[in-house]
Parts: sequence; C-alpha cells; structure tokens
Amino acid sequence: MRATSIPRGPGAPPVGSADVDESRVAAPAGALAALASFARKTAAIADMEVRKLRHDPTELATRAIQPALWLLIFGQVMARAHVVPTGGLPYLDFLVPGILAQSVLFIAIFNGISIIWERDLGIVHKFLATPTPRSALVLGKAVSGGVRSLIQAVVVMLLALALGVKLCWEPLPLVGVVALILLGAAVFSTFSLIVACVVKTRERFMGIGQVLTMPLFFASNAIYPTSIMPGWLRAISHVNPLTYQVDGLRSLLLAGTVADGGAIATDLGVLAAVLLGLVVLAARIYPNIVR
Amino acid sequence: MGSATEMVCTRGLGARFGAVVAVDDLNLSIGAGEIFGLIGRNGAGKTTTIKMLTTLLPPSAGTASIAGLDVVKQASSVRRLIGYVPQALSADGELTGYENLLVFARLFDVPRASLKARIDAALSFMGLADSAHKLVRSYSGGMIRRLEIAQSTLHRPRVLFLDEPTIGLDPVAREAVWEHIARLNTEAGTTMVITTHYLEEAEALCQRIGIMHLGRLVALDTPGQLKAQAGADTLDEAFVRLTGGPAERDAGYVDTSRTRRAAGRLG
Repeated sequence: MRATSIPRGPGAPPVGSADVDESRVAAPAGALAALASFARKTAAIADMEVRKLRHDPTELATRAIQPALWLLIFGQVMARAHVVPTGGLPYLDFLVPGILAQSVLFIAIFNGISIIWERDLGIVHKFLATPTPRSALVLGKAVSGGVRSLIQAVVVMLLALALGVKLCWEPLPLVGVVALILLGAAVFSTFSLIVACVVKTRERFMGIGQVLTMPLFFASNAIYPTSIMPGWLRAISHVNPLTYQVDGLRSLLLAGTVADGGAIATDLGVLAAVLLGLVVLAARIYPNIVR
Repeated sequence: MGSATEMVCTRGLGARFGAVVAVDDLNLSIGAGEIFGLIGRNGAGKTTTIKMLTTLLPPSAGTASIAGLDVVKQASSVRRLIGYVPQALSADGELTGYENLLVFARLFDVPRASLKARIDAALSFMGLADSAHKLVRSYSGGMIRRLEIAQSTLHRPRVLFLDEPTIGLDPVAREAVWEHIARLNTEAGTTMVITTHYLEEAEALCQRIGIMHLGRLVALDTPGQLKAQAGADTLDEAFVRLTGGPAERDAGYVDTSRTRRAAGRLG
C-alpha cells in the first residue's frame, strides 16, 4: 500500500504526534478568555481583508471619482442656487459630511458580494469549519469594511480641503469622526452581508445593491436637511442609520459648527445598536450560504 | 458513542433538501488513523455527507459524531478536531501563501509564540517554502491544493476531510498531492476521509472504501474485498457492477460553471 511506502522527508514534519493533544483541544475557558479569543479572531479576519486591499489598492483610486463629481459639480451648482437651508453654513460645507457618508455607504453596501465569491470558491466553507464564532467572522468583515472606508474618507477630506472647506482638526472631534465612519461602514457592510446571505447569487445581489443605495441616500440628510422633507420621507429618514452618521459627521467634521455632545452620543449609540442587531442577525444566517 | 479508536461515526444519517433525499440512512464507522475513501458519482451524496460531518450542514435525520463528539450539539468542539479541504478552490488568490496560512493559524488558536514556526514548517512540509510570499493567484493547481491541505492541518486535526482533493489536477500534481496526504497519515496518524472519483487512486491509498449511489451506501469494504464481492478485476469494474454505471460521468452545468469560474479567478 502506498500509504506506508512513502519515505519520510528529511525535515521535521509540522505534524508531530507527541504534542498533538494539548494544542488541538486548547479551547479557551472562561468569559474573559472567550472575549479575548473573539477579539483575536475578529482581528484575524479584518487583517486578512486589509492585506488583500494592500496587495491591490487600485480599487481605492477609482472610488475617489464619484465623491469628487458630487462635490465639484452638484455641490458647486447647488451652492449658487441658494435653495437649501443649511443653518448658515456655505452649501459646500454642508455637503461635505453628506458626501463623505455617501461614499462610505456606496463602498460598504457592496461589501457583501465578496462572500458570494468566497462561497462559490469554497473559502466560506473552510472558515465555517474552523472553531470561530460566526459573529467574529461577520464582525471581522465589518471592521475591514470600516478600514476601507477610512481610506476613502481621507480622500474626500482632501478634496474638501482643496475646495476651500474649513475642517475641524481638533483631536477629540477627529476621534469622533473616525468612530462614526467605522460604525457607519460596519453597519452597511453587515447589512450587505445579510442581503448576500439571503439572495445568494451575484446577479441578484448587484440588482438589489443598486436598488438599495439610492433610497438610503435620498432618504437621509446627506444633501439636504430633513426639515425640508415631506413628513413621510422625514419619518423614513429618522430610521435610516445614514442620517445619524451624517448628523454626527456634520457637527464634528466642520470648523464652523458647534458639536453637541448629547446629540453625538445619540448618533454613536444608534449606530452601535444597529450594528449589534445586524451582527447578531448576520451571524445567525451566515452559515446558510453554504447549505 | 463508539469506542476510543472510533473517529467518525454516523447512525442513520440523512440529508434532505425539500423533496430530494441527498443522503439516506448512512451508517459509517471509521477508525483512528484510517484512510477512508468515499466514492460515487456527482450527486451521489458524498459532498453532502462531508458537509454534515464538518458541521456545515445540520443532518435532517440520524446522528454523526467525531471522536465521540456530536456534530450538532458539540459543533464547536468538533471544529477543533477536524480539518476540511472543500472541493472548490478554497485558498484566497489575493493573498500570499503565507497569509493564507496566517489567518487559519489564528482562527485555529495556534499560540502566537509558535505561529511563524508552525506556518513555516507547514509550508516546507508541503514543498511551498519558496513560494511562501508570492500571491496564490500565481500558484499552479497542485500548489494551491497543497496549500489548502496545509491550511487545514495547521492545528494538527485528528480527522482531515478532503473533498475531491485531486480534481482538475494533472497526473504529476495529483501524484504529489496523494504523497502528501499519505505522509500526513503515516507521520501524524491523521485519520482521513477522502471523496474521489479517481478509483485507482482510491484503491492505492484507502484502507477501506464506501461506495455511495443516489444517497445510499451500497457497499463498504477493503478494495480487495469489494472487487471479490463484485467478481471484478478492477475497482472500476466493481463500481460499475455495484452502481450500474461508471464513476466518471460528465458534471452538470452548475458544477462545470462553478469549477471553471473558480479556476478562472486563480488563473
């Protein structure tokens, strides 16, 4: 039989038999250890995604075009029209946080398609067969969506500077801006992951992704305040996480606004709560994609 | 829950998708250190069986256990004991070989201090040390397979599930993959459950073979006994007599498109 006739290699094999038992059944014990393991595994997944981005960053460059068009064309024209009440802000300043949130949304909402890819390849199968909490697999993806968005945010902020928009560079508001971007991106990429688990094919996903982005964008305060919306649209905008993200960004990002701590805490809280709910739901349905 | 040396055990295991019965009343007992082959055509239920044993698909009927642990009730403990190499390409082409191993080492709780040593050892064991820092997109099919096996054995699993490990490989690459599987078995004592439809390879490597047909196990024995039982000279012939047709039949549209799409991505 061939199995026994294969000669042993000269090097030490990676699979010794002496120390096998300790290492392979080393299940983390206790709540704290479980939490640490959860964090480590979430980080492992996020790290993997960021490495992929580092190997091929071309996608980031093309992503900069759309926000540039919104600021340069839409922003300039609307600024001349003076039709949107912005609470005293120049329209372009008002628009920048909205476009920042929009570009984060547009990246994150298509994040889920990667798991359809990975399902077709067999990568998801292998991840699901490892001792990794499903919620860590989901949250790791969400975090990587956040990192991707931060890079995008830097691009939009540079564009804004070039257009003469005065941004706030105080450390504490900046930390808030980063938190809002990470949370918003994580919310929409997890939402996208859920959509992917439900529709299961790339074609359907692309169709639904297109259908979802514009309503999310227009039913928010990204390019006009909710105060000028008809009642029904305003009601929708209040359950749209994007509105909370834009609201927080608008008061933290711009030099000309005064941040209201309570309002920002609400914005962060709403986004965090939505993220938690979505991660729990996504972790539950994630395994369905391989069945 | 079976004896101490029983690694894989199924009792009346079944899987049903709507009206379609993919696996029906499967009873298996695979011992520690055994290389067990599961053969059958596309659609015979091999992959569905593997998915149930690797905790990916909850059984619709019966039970299955790995080293005495139930695949449903103790799924996360089972996942620490098993390695799984799916049929489709499961290494990520956008990462290097090293990075592909790094993420799995972390997910399998390999201690941080021994992370690098463990990965380097796995790479050299699989003959991939020279390509460790190249993108997997540039690997050949055989190299990718060996990398995938390395990914799934970083935590030194007790049972390794390989679903069609040599599908789509040229004969030389296929030979290399089988050699590595055999070495893992002899050197680490890893129990192997392999599905394949290359019967001569199953015969050369597997101590026992189960033949699946339309979701049912129609025969289970050593290759020699299977041939004797069917009055056949080769395993191919035995297979035809036991199931009424050859093992390698054309894959359907979905299978073919999946395989090609996967192959296309990794170029």
